[in-house]
Amino acid sequence: MRERIDWIPPALIAAIALGALVLIGNPSTWVTLTIAGLAMGLLIFIMSSGLTLVFGLMDVMNFAHGLFITVGAYMAVSVMKLLSASAGSESFLVNLGALLPAMLAAIVVAALLGFFFERVIIKPVYGQHLKQILITTGGLIVAEQLIHVFWGPDMLPLQRPSALRGSFLVGDMAIEKFRLSAVAIGLAVFVAMILILNRTKIGLLIRAGVENKEMVEAMGYRIRRLFVGVFVAGSALAGLGGALWGMYQEQVTVHIGANMMVLIFIVIIIGGLGSVGGCFAGALLVGLVANYIGYLSPKIALGSNILLMVIVLLWRPQGLYPVSRQ
Amino acid sequence: MGFRPVADPLLSLAGVHTHIAQYHILQGVDLAVPRGELTMLLGRNGAGKTTALRTILGLWRASAGSVRFEGADITKAETPDIANLGIAYVPESMGIFAGLTVRENLLLAARGGPPREQQLESIFRFFPPMKQFWDLPAGNLSGGQKQMLAISRAIVEPRKLVLIDEPTKGLAPAIINNLIEAFRELKKTDTTILMVEQNFHAARSLGDSVAVMDAGRIVHTGSMAALAADSALQQRLLGLSMEAHQ
Repeated sequence: MRERIDWIPPALIAAIALGALVLIGNPSTWVTLTIAGLAMGLLIFIMSSGLTLVFGLMDVMNFAHGLFITVGAYMAVSVMKLLSASAGSESFLVNLGALLPAMLAAIVVAALLGFFFERVIIKPVYGQHLKQILITTGGLIVAEQLIHVFWGPDMLPLQRPSALRGSFLVGDMAIEKFRLSAVAIGLAVFVAMILILNRTKIGLLIRAGVENKEMVEAMGYRIRRLFVGVFVAGSALAGLGGALWGMYQEQVTVHIGANMMVLIFIVIIIGGLGSVGGCFAGALLVGLVANYIGYLSPKIALGSNILLMVIVLLWRPQGLYPVSRQ
Repeated sequence: MGFRPVADPLLSLAGVHTHIAQYHILQGVDLAVPRGELTMLLGRNGAGKTTALRTILGLWRASAGSVRFEGADITKAETPDIANLGIAYVPESMGIFAGLTVRENLLLAARGGPPREQQLESIFRFFPPMKQFWDLPAGNLSGGQKQMLAISRAIVEPRKLVLIDEPTKGLAPAIINNLIEAFRELKKTDTTILMVEQNFHAARSLGDSVAVMDAGRIVHTGSMAALAADSALQQRLLGLSMEAHQ
């Protein structure tokens, strides 16, 4: 007998998209909004997938996760500025000479910061939720002030590479190039994570650890080493997400990461704490609903994601894809 | 009541105390587990049996005393290091990974590489549902099948010592008999087993030796057969007679 996949959440996402098509009425507007929603959702997924595993694996409440997003965005600003000649070229291949180093710098610096953060800030407060909230919030404040020292307090522009500015025109539909690129990168990250989690021993250990870390230790595996690895990988992904989100917004402030945290918490809660599949579905829901509601009823757009969380939790209190934990 | 000396035990606890928060659970446990035998750890609810197993594995720390395995002091060792000495643990909750398939559960339990075909065949022989539900999430199994999986994980590769906490709890009699047969086969491999059990039919069928706990201490050690034959001793140690639980 084979494992059955729960298709209800994907069907719900499809139903919302089709319902929006009916309400919006104009297919080209719907396509534009859907691509924007998917791009936003997938960028949120990149930023939040590490946090859901960190919480699932060690019950760590890291309120400073936004810091890694911010640092990723600032690294992208610095590298894109340094390689502005490549970024300004009309050739996509030449653009990659700036885009890839920017993304790589965001990943590496956020990973290193994540390692330092886990060892110095998180490790002393394992298992103490209140202290985790206080110390990670404190760490975030200190780090934000350090960013002021290095990059200054002003908002910084973050230009997209020239080849990724503007839109493709398909009939009367305008599809923004950068959003399409964000969708492609987000899907690649999701597929890579699913393959690692399902096809490798490390992935198996992470999934088992999210469910019952004590039993994983009783089998002879060192869960804390695994946790450090997951924390660093999650920080690196947040850094990558920050770099892309900065380009999506085309500007960076010290609060870019902290401002995303409400959406990120909504995503990991409605997805099911510790579930990467749930995080993916939750992020797509949040991205699509934010864009559709923003167009259809701008007055309730601000509260739409909170409303979405309430509805999902009333339907599935443990989230879309609950992880059975012991 | 009596105490039987054990020469060259595989596992020994000497004066072990364990505190959980403000509670003093183990109050000087002295226990020697003979090599190659199945030792039953019996006692009333709250006597400290589960705490003893968890203390051996380092899941709860002994606050005093020593735990030795093959002569080496493991009292302060980390749980993964203790497990890697060749000790498997089947907790009362079974501890299966519900979101992982049966195959993945067994793959994780096999530290020395993928399980050998011969080992899998013997698991399938005793527990046919493991083969039937090979690619199904373990969370979908019934209670008895989950226990079969928990035990399969413990024996998926050769172990020196298997710690098992109440394997028959809440299971139907037919499944209990199935488990008893599987443990009988496991005993033939010379694996040492320390089992906590409340089911006296299972305890009597399987146990070679027995240790009885009360109020955080070992109050009796000896052969299982001797305890099974002595109703008065059972009454004194356990507050009941095995004959009433045939």
